[in-house]
Amino acid sequence: MQRRPILSLPTGALFMLPAGIFIVAFILLPFFWIAAVSFTNRTLTGRTAVNPEFVGLDNYLRLFDASRFLNSGEFGASLLITGQFVFFSAIIGQAFLGLALAWFFFNRKGWIQNTVTTIAIIAWIMPDVVVAFAWFAFLNGDGGTLNQILGFFGLPTPDWLLDLPLVSVIIFNIWRGTAFSMLLFSSALGAIPPSYLETANVVGASTWQRLRDIILPMIRSHIVTALILITLWTFNTFTPFLLTGGGPSYQTEVVSIYTYRTAFQFFRFGSGAAVGMVMMIINLGFALVYLSLLRTQRRSA
Amino acid sequence: MTRATRTPPSQAQRAARFVLGRITFYVGSSLFAAFFVLPLLWLTVAPFSTLANLDLRLPDPWSLQNFERVFENGFAIRALVQNSMIQGFGAMLLVTLTATLAAYALSRANIPGTTAITYGLVLFSSVVTGTAAMVPIFLMIVQLGLIDTHLGVILVFTGGLLPAAVFIMRDFVDSIPRSYEESAMVAGASSWRVFRDIALPIVRPGMMVVGVWAFVQVWGGFLIPFILLRDADKMPASVAIYSFYTEAGTPLITLTAAYSLLYTLPVLLLYLFVNWRYGFRFFGGIKS
Amino acid sequence: MASVTFHDVEKAFGTVKAVDGVNFTITEGEFVCLLGPSGCGKTTTLRLIAGLEKATGGNIQIGDLDVTHLAAKDRDIGMVFQDYALYPHMTIGENIGYPLKVRNVPTDARATRIGEVAKNLQIDKLLERRPGEISGGQQQRTSVARAVVHEPQVFLFDEPLSNLDAKLRLEARSFLKHLQREVGVTAVYVTHDQAEAMALADRIAVMNEGRIVQMAPPLEVYHRPGTTFVANFLGSPPMNLLPGKVALDGEPRFVGEAFTIPMQSHVETAVRQHLSDGAQVTVGIRPEHLDLSQDPVSGGFQGPLYALETLGPESLVTLKVGDELLTVRIFSDDAPQLADTVHAAFDPEKLHVFRENGERIPVE
Ligand SMILES: Nc1ncnc2c1ncn2[C@@H]1O[C@H](COP(=O)(O)OP(=O)(O)O)[C@@H](O)[C@H]1O
Ligand SMILES: [Mg+2]
Repeated sequence: MQRRPILSLPTGALFMLPAGIFIVAFILLPFFWIAAVSFTNRTLTGRTAVNPEFVGLDNYLRLFDASRFLNSGEFGASLLITGQFVFFSAIIGQAFLGLALAWFFFNRKGWIQNTVTTIAIIAWIMPDVVVAFAWFAFLNGDGGTLNQILGFFGLPTPDWLLDLPLVSVIIFNIWRGTAFSMLLFSSALGAIPPSYLETANVVGASTWQRLRDIILPMIRSHIVTALILITLWTFNTFTPFLLTGGGPSYQTEVVSIYTYRTAFQFFRFGSGAAVGMVMMIINLGFALVYLSLLRTQRRSA
Repeated sequence: MTRATRTPPSQAQRAARFVLGRITFYVGSSLFAAFFVLPLLWLTVAPFSTLANLDLRLPDPWSLQNFERVFENGFAIRALVQNSMIQGFGAMLLVTLTATLAAYALSRANIPGTTAITYGLVLFSSVVTGTAAMVPIFLMIVQLGLIDTHLGVILVFTGGLLPAAVFIMRDFVDSIPRSYEESAMVAGASSWRVFRDIALPIVRPGMMVVGVWAFVQVWGGFLIPFILLRDADKMPASVAIYSFYTEAGTPLITLTAAYSLLYTLPVLLLYLFVNWRYGFRFFGGIKS
Repeated sequence: MASVTFHDVEKAFGTVKAVDGVNFTITEGEFVCLLGPSGCGKTTTLRLIAGLEKATGGNIQIGDLDVTHLAAKDRDIGMVFQDYALYPHMTIGENIGYPLKVRNVPTDARATRIGEVAKNLQIDKLLERRPGEISGGQQQRTSVARAVVHEPQVFLFDEPLSNLDAKLRLEARSFLKHLQREVGVTAVYVTHDQAEAMALADRIAVMNEGRIVQMAPPLEVYHRPGTTFVANFLGSPPMNLLPGKVALDGEPRFVGEAFTIPMQSHVETAVRQHLSDGAQVTVGIRPEHLDLSQDPVSGGFQGPLYALETLGPESLVTLKVGDELLTVRIFSDDAPQLADTVHAAFDPEKLHVFRENGERIPVE
């Protein structure tokens, strides 16, 4: 493309400069900084705050110390918890519920669809702290809304945040984030030419056949996008901290909370940075998969 | 039974199927609605109650006493109308302006490798998240002497939100026909005039959307101010509210509920505004 | 008002040569249509004149000024874009006045001139509206108004009528013709619609694959198409083109797979001058120069009926001559009664002859 540009190259560079500075300073720099810090014993105060020492792989070795890797409150345990959290709340929960909602309301526009969609979006855009507080009340052991309802039907009423903390956090996160996949899938469904479905109708395909043979293949790329994005976000979310603080006894300590506790409870930045590094490497894996998919999609589009 | 021999459904069968379909639809909708609404119910009534507990019951009597207590609380009000606003608007302005300039350049100047740049941005921003990078971000802000300042919070948010903002804005600018600017160039306008008179007004809806999005992100953001601010005088509402309810004995619950409602209100209003003005256009990944 | 001259102008997009060595001079006040199929480089040529593309070779002159390296804003041009490009945030009046505003014309003078132009284009009642609040035809006029308001040297149009529906298009076409007569400014008009080009142009430049194939007044292009490409592109339906051979042994004639056409003496002279016996040629006859006949005609065509299309005052009869199709355009209010085999005769004066490479043999 050698189209005459509307903006000259120097002006274009000038326009990019402010954003470039921010992005270099707050995204590129931290990326390399964290790598550097993760090999030191840097702390907030004391001698090692000013003159951190190079400790090699110590921080990493401590993270992956096999003798206590999976003990409660250690990195391995946190990774396991994160794995369950991501798998059940993002992949199973948000993606599946989002697809169910989009499919359920597909071609059923009206005030009912509008209302449900709006409430889901509100759950998605409300500030973290507020939804955490609302759920704290909702899940409260005696008198919380959920237990009042369960009690009314004569069902057991556990103290959710104490007895089933991980389940609670998972359901909370599903509730919180489903709107994204719902919106993504709705727009994907809306983009399927109606004639495709009409053809299937004429041929006499059942609802299930239509879903399996026409709709799912057509929105496959959207499904992959949704899965990877919500996996990335869920993996990095700090919101469970606001509901449980990672407890009780580390049962909901996902890696984001683990990083926070390592770095800021005792201000052991070296160790915190090492955890951050591992998180970034995992993020990088997801992001690369996503990018390669995005590029092949664009190219074929 | 083969399809060819299948008899068409009778009138009664069709009616029955229709009714069944309707019932499924209503029951399903109600269940979905219940799932999303129930967790919020308590929060919508508790602020008006004088009882300080987490039980769901209608207030008796309805009272605005909790809101009065919020307005009497200098710390809470300062967090909400001063600190959250400063940080929200500060980051919003910076993000919107710098993202617009960058996106415009990416779209309209022949910068080599714009696609690589854009994808690189997306890649890095999804790798270097606030949670993963909290240590270096904290250390950097310490180094810059910006701990406990609004500016520190604003800068970090701006850096974090920019890649997505540039991505969204670029999509928006790309969707605008170049003939607008070209016709202005032919009409005799200089580059700067083309940008000021034509491009900027035309991309304004995109800027509004990005601005609202950035504001909402900062308004609701917790982790960044939580680690960068220790001084209660600088805390935004997101951190202030959290401090109510951990140190809380029971009496603060109703206060927190009232405060939560006030704190959520701008987000809801902005959502309604964007929805009404531009339609809730769906940008992939607008909420990070 | 100024002339526009291209000297060997080239424009390559990567490996694609959108404009490939174009030469022409458009004289002052002339209305030239660039006509050609989609993708042949018309828009690129226009944008080269406007300065929206940089030539990769050759040079461009407007008047006496070499503008090859001059920015668009300094070329003093008025241009109507295919999508009109009306600024959505400005009123119609502000849109029209924009070229004056960037020239720092004072507000009063600007308002007067906007009023004048708008009145002339019959959109003076709409000055306070926004582009989204007026019809397509009015938008088109607004963009014309914006292009003429500062009395530019050259006036450029890129398919300005293609976004209008058929009826409005005819109306707008007449109006543009009228306007051009009145204003008399040098104009270059891009279109892929031959009827539009015929109706509007002083001269038509027919383009194909980045080159100008023929540049001549409309009737000349119609009566003496320079190549089979031009012959095929102009006229509706297009000229019938049939492959054949020159036969000069015995009675001079063209021999095709299923026809024989005797040469008139002036044709024979031209053919003897340019071609030798047995040369491959393409003979062309326009559908309107053919007529049906009840009986076989010597030197005419015959073949089974392929299709009959009745279009109201005229009908198109297509017959199969060997492997080729031949269309006859007849003027009659009634549907013709046709036998299974159709005979067609033609006016030998109207025969076109082209070389194997498509070039015209001047037979007149
Ligand atoms: N900006 C561009 N980048 C690459 N190729 C282009 C560009 N503009 C036009 N072309 C190519 O140049 C050729 C001529 O295009 P154009 O002048 O728009 O044709 P027309 O207007 O006659 O339809 C086409 O093959 C087109 O694909
Ligand atoms: Mg074109």
